[in-house]
Amino acid sequence: MTKTYTITVFTEDQTGLLSRVVGIFNRRNLNISSLTTSASSDESIFRFTIVVKVTEQMVVKLVAQLDKQVDVLKAFYYEDQDIVYQEIALYKVPISVFNNGNRVELLIRRHNARVLLIEPEYVVIEKTGHEYETEALLVELRKEGIYEFVRSGRVAIVKPMERLNNYLQELQEAVEK
Amino acid sequence: MIPVLPTKSPRTLPTVPNVMSGAHALLECLVREGVDTIFGYPGGAIMPVYDALIDYEDRLTHILPRHEQGAIHAAEGYARIKRQTGVCMATSGPGATNLITGLCDAMLDSLPIVAITGQVPSSLLGSDAFQEVDVVNSTIPVTKWNYQITRPEEIAPVLKKAFYIANSGRPGPVVIDITKDAQLARVDFQYPEELNIRSYVPHNKPRHEQLARAAELINGAERPMILAGQGIHIAHAQPVFRQFVEKTGIPVGVTCHGLSTLPNDHPLFTGMLGMHGNYGPNLLQNEADVIVAIGMRFDDRVTGALAKYIPDAKVIHIEIDPAELNKNVKTDAPVLGDAREVLEALLPLVEARSYPDWVQRFRECAAVEQARVIDEAISPTADGQIRMGQVIREVSRQTAGRAIVATDVGQHQMMAARYYQYDGHDQWVSSGGAGTMGYGLPAAFGAKYADPSREVVAFIGDGGFQMTLQELGLCAQWQVGVKIVLLDNNFLGMVRQWQELFHQRRYSSVELQNPDFVTIAKGFGVPGRSISDPADVGSAISEMLAHEGPYLLHVRTVKEDNVFPMVPSGKSVSEVILGPEQITA
Repeated sequence: MTKTYTITVFTEDQTGLLSRVVGIFNRRNLNISSLTTSASSDESIFRFTIVVKVTEQMVVKLVAQLDKQVDVLKAFYYEDQDIVYQEIALYKVPISVFNNGNRVELLIRRHNARVLLIEPEYVVIEKTGHEYETEALLVELRKEGIYEFVRSGRVAIVKPMERLNNYLQELQEAVEK
Repeated sequence: MIPVLPTKSPRTLPTVPNVMSGAHALLECLVREGVDTIFGYPGGAIMPVYDALIDYEDRLTHILPRHEQGAIHAAEGYARIKRQTGVCMATSGPGATNLITGLCDAMLDSLPIVAITGQVPSSLLGSDAFQEVDVVNSTIPVTKWNYQITRPEEIAPVLKKAFYIANSGRPGPVVIDITKDAQLARVDFQYPEELNIRSYVPHNKPRHEQLARAAELINGAERPMILAGQGIHIAHAQPVFRQFVEKTGIPVGVTCHGLSTLPNDHPLFTGMLGMHGNYGPNLLQNEADVIVAIGMRFDDRVTGALAKYIPDAKVIHIEIDPAELNKNVKTDAPVLGDAREVLEALLPLVEARSYPDWVQRFRECAAVEQARVIDEAISPTADGQIRMGQVIREVSRQTAGRAIVATDVGQHQMMAARYYQYDGHDQWVSSGGAGTMGYGLPAAFGAKYADPSREVVAFIGDGGFQMTLQELGLCAQWQVGVKIVLLDNNFLGMVRQWQELFHQRRYSSVELQNPDFVTIAKGFGVPGRSISDPADVGSAISEMLAHEGPYLLHVRTVKEDNVFPMVPSGKSVSEVILGPEQITA
């Protein structure tokens, strides 16, 4: 049975590593639902957050293959209940949608979205949340008229402290060895 | 904040400037890593290194094959026999892409290779410059690690890292791509003494609880079986492996690359596993209650249909690469570590046992296989044609089972695996995981060059031979005495066999129009002889072995012959068949 898994990969900051990481998914003909790269709390460590829909058996193998890469420090996988996660979506809508009563204003209020930019031609609205939440606002805004939509990949923070701490300790031991 | 004062004086004195070109620095790194031979092919983007090579003539031998693929396969053969890192070099663009087949081969067969490729100057990267190809991206799936050097200061630390990665843990190929400007620029060369890669911990000491669990399963087994793989060779574990086998009394099946981990005539040796392996070890594997897999990776050619593979066995998997554990076969007792260290630690924990009834079953299977398959396979045909098995068994006899056997890929490879009687001294140079046709000749060169004191016999088919036969020139130029036994059935035999057995004899592009091989060899300066009469096999082999230097024995064999036993594709190992009449849909 496939499920949504969030894979966190801690790596060295190395040119070309993105291709190597993505290749592990490509060669198994797997689609990456989202991928975000960022810094981590340690300035020397880079972090990938990858979302995939696969079986648990497969995610275990993916993490093993990721771990095996020379420049990967450690990879973990999580189910949704183990993490707090967010995505950010931006919506560019014509200024004219605000002329038809207060429907769009109510939408923004009800969805806890906010206006980032007002230009003579358009307004940029921002909404953070889970995919279904940003999607819900998108469905509503489509009815009013929309120029552009974009959604980021998932960013996730892990709830359990233990695995990450163990890893940092292992890392420390490895460095000392 | 209190400043931390150094408690020890610095380990090294201030270094004396040692300024040289990046190209010289690169070669200096090779010397520091103990390299004495480079298999390489020059070209525009690597010219500064070739220029610097002249200054290193006394320390580095450069071997020029006739194609970059020959360079990397020779480096692979060298690495297999020396169990040291093989070094090859090529220019940018096609030079680099010609290495890719060999990189793939080394990746799948866990061989330590450092491949150095020239690259266009960094100012031209991404401009579609002459002979520019994105080597780093092209080689990601076929390398353990790769890196592009664009500044000369990177050369020393990156090369140090490359050699460490290639030949530690599970060995593998590493590509270092180096731009021409980095080769030309000058640098103060200092070779790092120590290396610390925090993200790479290749060596794990065997853990006590894993060893204890494995020992418990072994000591409680009733029908145990050992599956022995190349990890035993890589770890130099043959002596302790033999002790382990003899103490536990467990019968051994070997993978293709596990050949020669134990002598074929050892009482507990039961034969080769897999698609064209022996009858007993395939058939009886599914009856085992405990499987002890050592340094092998449950490749699909070994397991057959996974869903029907060793369903009732508890599996102990001794393996250095954590990603292999539970990859194909669910493991009850994984033991992460180097085969030698694990077996040394496990030896005192296992009880001395023997399984006479169980071992007898393997002997009975061997007798069936001997009568149904082997007797015929190692004899001429009734109408007086040579069979491959006859030639291989005769070479085995005349070399007393001691030669290094190099092969190409196909029927002759399986015949060489089956009918050479290995005496157990790291003797197998063949392309396993990748199944690379064209591997045999250059790899045999590399093996013989690595250890000229050993006899190297290369069994090669007429198909694969024509993929890299230009390396006859290499053998002649260096007078490296590879004995080439060309087993010529005028067909791409293994593909023909499948077409015969599974495609209703619809032969599609498998018959070859062959040249006069002996004349070709002669043109390269390699003497040879052609035979087709079974009566000449013995004398022709003696003549070949007596010759100093490279030699080609061209053997015309029966055209249509099949390798049996066989685990047909998609079938279980216990459905192994002894002949075509047993094929079912």
